[in-house]
Amino acid sequence: MDLSTRYLGFILDSPIVPSACPITENIDTLKRLEDAGAGAVVLPSLFEEQVRAEERTLHHYMESGSESYAESLSYLPAPADFQFGPDQHLERVRKAKESLGIPVVASLNGSTPGGWLEYAEKLAQAGADALELNVYRVAADPEVPGSRVEAEAVAVVADVRARIKIPLAVKIGPYYSSMAEMALRFVRAGADGLVLFNRFYQPDLDLETLEVGPKLLLSGPQAQRLPLTWTALLHGRVQGASLAATGGVQNAEDAIKMLMVGADAVMVAAELLRRGPEHVKTMLDGMRAWMSEREYTSAAQMKGSMSQKACGNPSAFERANYVKTLTGYHI
Amino acid sequence: MVPGKNNEIDALDGNEAAARVAYALSEVVVLYPITPSSPMGESCDAWAALGKKNLWGSVPEVVEMQSEAGAAGAAHGALTTGSFTTTFTASQGLLLMIPNMYKIAGELTPAVFHVAARSLATSALSIFGDHSDVMAARQTGWAMLCSGTVQEAHDFAAVAHAATLRSRVPFMHFFDGFRTSHEIQKISLLSDEDLAAMLDGWALRAHRRRALDPERPVLRGTAMNPDTFFQAREAVNPFYAHCPETVEHAFDALAERTGRRYRLFDYYGHPQAERVLVLMGSGAGAAQTAVEAAAAKGEKVGLLVVRLYRPFFTARFLSALPETAASIAVLDRTKEPGCVGEPLYLDVVAALEERAGPRPRVLGGRYGLSSKEFTPAMAAAVLAELAKQSPARRFTVGIKDDVSRLSLEVDESACAEDPGTFGAVFYGLGADGTVGANKNSIKIIAEETDLQVQAYFVYDSKKSGSMTVSHLRFGPKPIRCSTLVQRADFVACHQESFLERVDVLERAAVGATFLLNTSAAPDEAWSRLPREARETILARKLRFFVIDGAKVSRDAGLGGRINTPMQVAFFALAKVIPDSVAAIKRAIEKTYGKKSAEVVRMNFAAVDSALALLGEVKVPSAVGEAAGRQPAAPTEAPDYVRTVAAAVMTGRGDELPVSAIPADGTFPTATARWEKRNIASEVPVWDERWCIQCNKCSFVCPHAAVRVKAYPATGLSGAPAGFKSVAWRGRELPEGTRYTVQVAPEDCTGCGLCVEVCPAKNKEETRLKALNMGAVAPLRDAERANFRFFEGLADAPLSQTAAGSVKGSQLRTPLFEFSGACAGCGETPYLKLLSQLFGDRLAVANATVCSSIYGANLPTTPWAVRPDGRGPAWSNSLFEDAAEFGLGYRISYDKKRSHARMLLERGAAAVGADLSRELLGADQSTQEGLEAQRARVGRLKAALASRTEGDLKDLSALADSLVDKSVWVVGGDGWAYDIGYGGLDHVLAAGRKVNILVLDTEVYSNTGGQASKATPRAAVAKFAASGKPTERKDLAALAMSYGSVYVARIAFGADDTQTVKAFMEAESYPGTSIIIAYSHCIAHGFDMRQGLEQQKRAVNCGHWPLLRFDPRRAAAGQPALQLDSKAPSIPLKDYAYRETRYRMLASSAPEEAARLLALAQGDVERRWRRLCGS
Repeated sequence: MDLSTRYLGFILDSPIVPSACPITENIDTLKRLEDAGAGAVVLPSLFEEQVRAEERTLHHYMESGSESYAESLSYLPAPADFQFGPDQHLERVRKAKESLGIPVVASLNGSTPGGWLEYAEKLAQAGADALELNVYRVAADPEVPGSRVEAEAVAVVADVRARIKIPLAVKIGPYYSSMAEMALRFVRAGADGLVLFNRFYQPDLDLETLEVGPKLLLSGPQAQRLPLTWTALLHGRVQGASLAATGGVQNAEDAIKMLMVGADAVMVAAELLRRGPEHVKTMLDGMRAWMSEREYTSAAQMKGSMSQKACGNPSAFERANYVKTLTGYHI
Repeated sequence: MVPGKNNEIDALDGNEAAARVAYALSEVVVLYPITPSSPMGESCDAWAALGKKNLWGSVPEVVEMQSEAGAAGAAHGALTTGSFTTTFTASQGLLLMIPNMYKIAGELTPAVFHVAARSLATSALSIFGDHSDVMAARQTGWAMLCSGTVQEAHDFAAVAHAATLRSRVPFMHFFDGFRTSHEIQKISLLSDEDLAAMLDGWALRAHRRRALDPERPVLRGTAMNPDTFFQAREAVNPFYAHCPETVEHAFDALAERTGRRYRLFDYYGHPQAERVLVLMGSGAGAAQTAVEAAAAKGEKVGLLVVRLYRPFFTARFLSALPETAASIAVLDRTKEPGCVGEPLYLDVVAALEERAGPRPRVLGGRYGLSSKEFTPAMAAAVLAELAKQSPARRFTVGIKDDVSRLSLEVDESACAEDPGTFGAVFYGLGADGTVGANKNSIKIIAEETDLQVQAYFVYDSKKSGSMTVSHLRFGPKPIRCSTLVQRADFVACHQESFLERVDVLERAAVGATFLLNTSAAPDEAWSRLPREARETILARKLRFFVIDGAKVSRDAGLGGRINTPMQVAFFALAKVIPDSVAAIKRAIEKTYGKKSAEVVRMNFAAVDSALALLGEVKVPSAVGEAAGRQPAAPTEAPDYVRTVAAAVMTGRGDELPVSAIPADGTFPTATARWEKRNIASEVPVWDERWCIQCNKCSFVCPHAAVRVKAYPATGLSGAPAGFKSVAWRGRELPEGTRYTVQVAPEDCTGCGLCVEVCPAKNKEETRLKALNMGAVAPLRDAERANFRFFEGLADAPLSQTAAGSVKGSQLRTPLFEFSGACAGCGETPYLKLLSQLFGDRLAVANATVCSSIYGANLPTTPWAVRPDGRGPAWSNSLFEDAAEFGLGYRISYDKKRSHARMLLERGAAAVGADLSRELLGADQSTQEGLEAQRARVGRLKAALASRTEGDLKDLSALADSLVDKSVWVVGGDGWAYDIGYGGLDHVLAAGRKVNILVLDTEVYSNTGGQASKATPRAAVAKFAASGKPTERKDLAALAMSYGSVYVARIAFGADDTQTVKAFMEAESYPGTSIIIAYSHCIAHGFDMRQGLEQQKRAVNCGHWPLLRFDPRRAAAGQPALQLDSKAPSIPLKDYAYRETRYRMLASSAPEEAARLLALAQGDVERRWRRLCGS
């Protein structure tokens, strides 16, 4: 069974791509993912904000309390070869590239114009086969218009594109007023592929402590509808750019659905965290079984077969929840 | 050309100067931390962690030991088996090495110990420099080579290593602690080629050949008898006779390589000098300045500097001394009470005995104890004394001795600073980066110019909110004067509030520049100065500049560290280098470039914006209306505080005469309350609407600045208008009782622990609680009045039971308050609790650790008294013997009590049968019982007051011993796990009623973060720069193995109730108890405000399981061990990686960090299983 797919210009042996998550953090699990049949891997994001905060924090605590009392002029050994900053992350990229045969996609979330460019270049130099830009922003300032948010995001893509040569994917959020137009703008700015979608951090409340804080919710099947919808809508409409669907994919059937609506790659994270890297193999085996039962010969065959353009009910992807009611009266 | 003349030049301190050579010339480095020598060992450990190689191409083995005695033993072993071995020490550490030093010397083993010479503890310890330690080791048979400058510390280190190999006599290479060990100077570094050229290959090989080795076995370390021992001692003589020549040989080799020429005794001055000073060490520079000044006036004076003190080469001494010298003053930097004269003096006198011709007059003087300043003017005073007809044969110089009247009068204006040298003084706050900036500035000047440089730093006695004073000099001529800057061309005050309490401009020269960090604009700044500062500015015609350094740093993201803008301003005003901004940026890039682009970015931003905020103040022609500086202590303070303590607080301690200081080192307690330090910018503010009266805020407050009180409503009469009070919730006290949470605004350090622990949220705005931090400035006056009123309220009449809870304990006034500990300290809440539970009967034997420093570093002490004058009695013996010291208390108290009981039984008739019976049979297990006994003792004393019989007078003197004493040994993990473990173990085994409190920070906190056996695996510490590879010692398990010891492991931030229970049970236990208390610490590298959360994580991850082991339970048929925390619920890394000590390794060596962390996780799990018995 030919499960190969073309994503960001690479021919992947399979469309299952573990996305940026703790499981793609270390070499051992990356190798297990490759062995299980992952087509490519996306390494955890380098968060510029986090890197900078980490540098500031470590620096602060290295120096805090020092040069204050004659007996204890410092409290920690002098770190002559200390690596603050992104070095470790870059080292991970280097090691992943050395250890794996499948394409290694680095991921970046910048916070300053200079940071996007600096780190994109560093990740490329570290050997990443492709770069996924995590264009992430919670636009909470009521004074900032959507047009500005959009323009800034597109500019980042254009700037990075101009600086690096490796393929560029852009992982976007779904909350643009005109999602399709934005998708096209990213592609026109130089994105070789779009990853649909980023999950925004959404905090929870602790009613015991009355604190607001992070509480990791692994995505479930309900999360796949949004990428499913938009992959279907964008397939064939973004100048041939690759599409990767991410969110809520748990099993072979989910992956097949994503391929059918037009995804070139199907990204998985939560389910791998639950079940381990070998789940990739389970998914691929399931896909092969499903396909051979129905006499599909390749993934390419079914890719986009149920996109909005190709499916029998194109309006289903454009309407909201009363569509189903209307369909009952379809003439 | 002089070989080696083009050697690398660097600005570094004496410790590093010596350590570089010691490291290069050693294969084994054994260590134990002690101030001020610790940085030498720390450097070696850090270099080894980086893989830096020694002269022979290998990385020295660097090993930390459990004490200096251990270090000396390990050194002896490594030496006797043929490795080139060194160590670094000072003070008591050197004393602990003495037994082995005799052995090493007796066996003619080449070795060098580098000593940052420091005072020995007598009536008080002092970390500062003098020769009392090295002089106490002068009889061991070790050669003693003394460096007086940073360059000499570097050069003589090499000379010592070369000479010891050639002579086989081991060498103490020493230099003055702090004054040289911590002074930065620009020096020329010896290259590896220089070092190789100084060592003799044959001597190296000979040392190896002598190694103990089964391949060619020998016997060493024998026992001898009267027949041979004496001869054996004399057999070494030729080696000592030869030793000085080996030093001269090394001096020659050094001179040949570098052009720097030293002699065993260096003479400076008039060739036919009549008056000569003799001394050694860093004082030589000041003496030389004085001699040159006198010589310039035509006086025939000279100075003889002793380099090699042991073996004392008399012939060379006599040949170095001009024959014309008729009046000689020998200056010793040590004190030997009861002696004829101090050691160097006696040696000189004895040497002169061998000189033909007329006998010169020799005076002996003491100077410079504990880094007391020794200035050219003081040396000039000695020269003047030598010129007198009848000079003082014994004298001191540098103090005012109004008791023995030995001190010489000094005219400080007699000998001026070199006008060609620029002097600068900077007043900074410990945490603001001032010292770091000045170290950096002096390096910049050293690198960017041909000028000579010197930097020295003075710190005060507090660990939080301390004042630092940086003394910088630079100029074209060599800077010889190892003294503080006397007349400064530049004075910077980095903290505006200092102006209110210290005479910052005291050292400003006429026409000097004054830079003030202030938020005031140039046109407002004058109006904010106190009167005295204005007067000085006008009188000395100072130029006055201001900069808002805090704003620059804040805007750049640098927080409270104002070093960068202040450095930019200094260079702009001092004009010492042309493009200082570029030079500063280069220095920033050099320091941080490889580590963090972000830190470089932030500092560059600060550099670029600083000059815009620098402005000159137009100084008016008159002082104008202004308030004066605040008095250091109020008029109602006790006499000691107003005189002695106040002088020290305001930096005038040097002016105190001998009579002001207690001769036996005994001081009053309850003095910290008079030292209002006002170091917090924010303090907690009580919002009584939401308060649930849990008293946790008070419980966790490290400085006893948050107080709670329950009191009758009648107490409120006369309360200040803003005094807050609510009805008491609870049944322990009568209806109508009122309750207040009160903050001491001038004593709070602003750490925020109280706000963090507060469980009561403001229901309308959940970011707020019942305690919230608020700016102190608008609150200070009102809260000061409120606190004063609060203190006047009587404590609630709580029963012992009620007081033995978290809530109840806090209703007792703490008798440990306002210490100088770090803001957010994790140790002090335990001591405060101890004082609240048992303070009235508490006798503390404190090891020399953090708690002895914030507990008893003068001028004040946080240990306090209750209104009737009773309170904790406190003393410190040494670092290593606190357990034994405390056991001594117990034995003594018990002995005195049994004697008193015997006398009481014998004198029952005189005392009264009832009173006698009650006194003998009193139950003192409760507070009420204890107070009743005190009342009886009062009656007993009254009954005996007029009796004249010996027994009854003795009974009266011993009467207080009939009141129970609660003996507590207090120390840290360095003491309990390492240096004091032998004694601790013995006391645990002895079974006497001694309580031991281990404030476990898992690291040597006081000396700056060296690894102890409590340091957990995977954490980085000094001497474990690559991460501690081994599991921490389980002291609780060791103590429990006795079965007879009460053991508790506690963490107040994780479970305060268990903490209180442990203290109550330990104290009531009739045998020995030990409490091991988790103490979060600044050395862990995290936000101390998160200390309590971090303690919870330590417990939740299983790193610190809470337990109590009570042998009484076993006796009652129950399991003695109670686990007070649950099975680990979070991984170790969720706790560990919130602290820099773990994160550092994850950043510098991620794979090793992951490996160690996995092992540490295994440790945690294994220990938990062991505790659960599975």
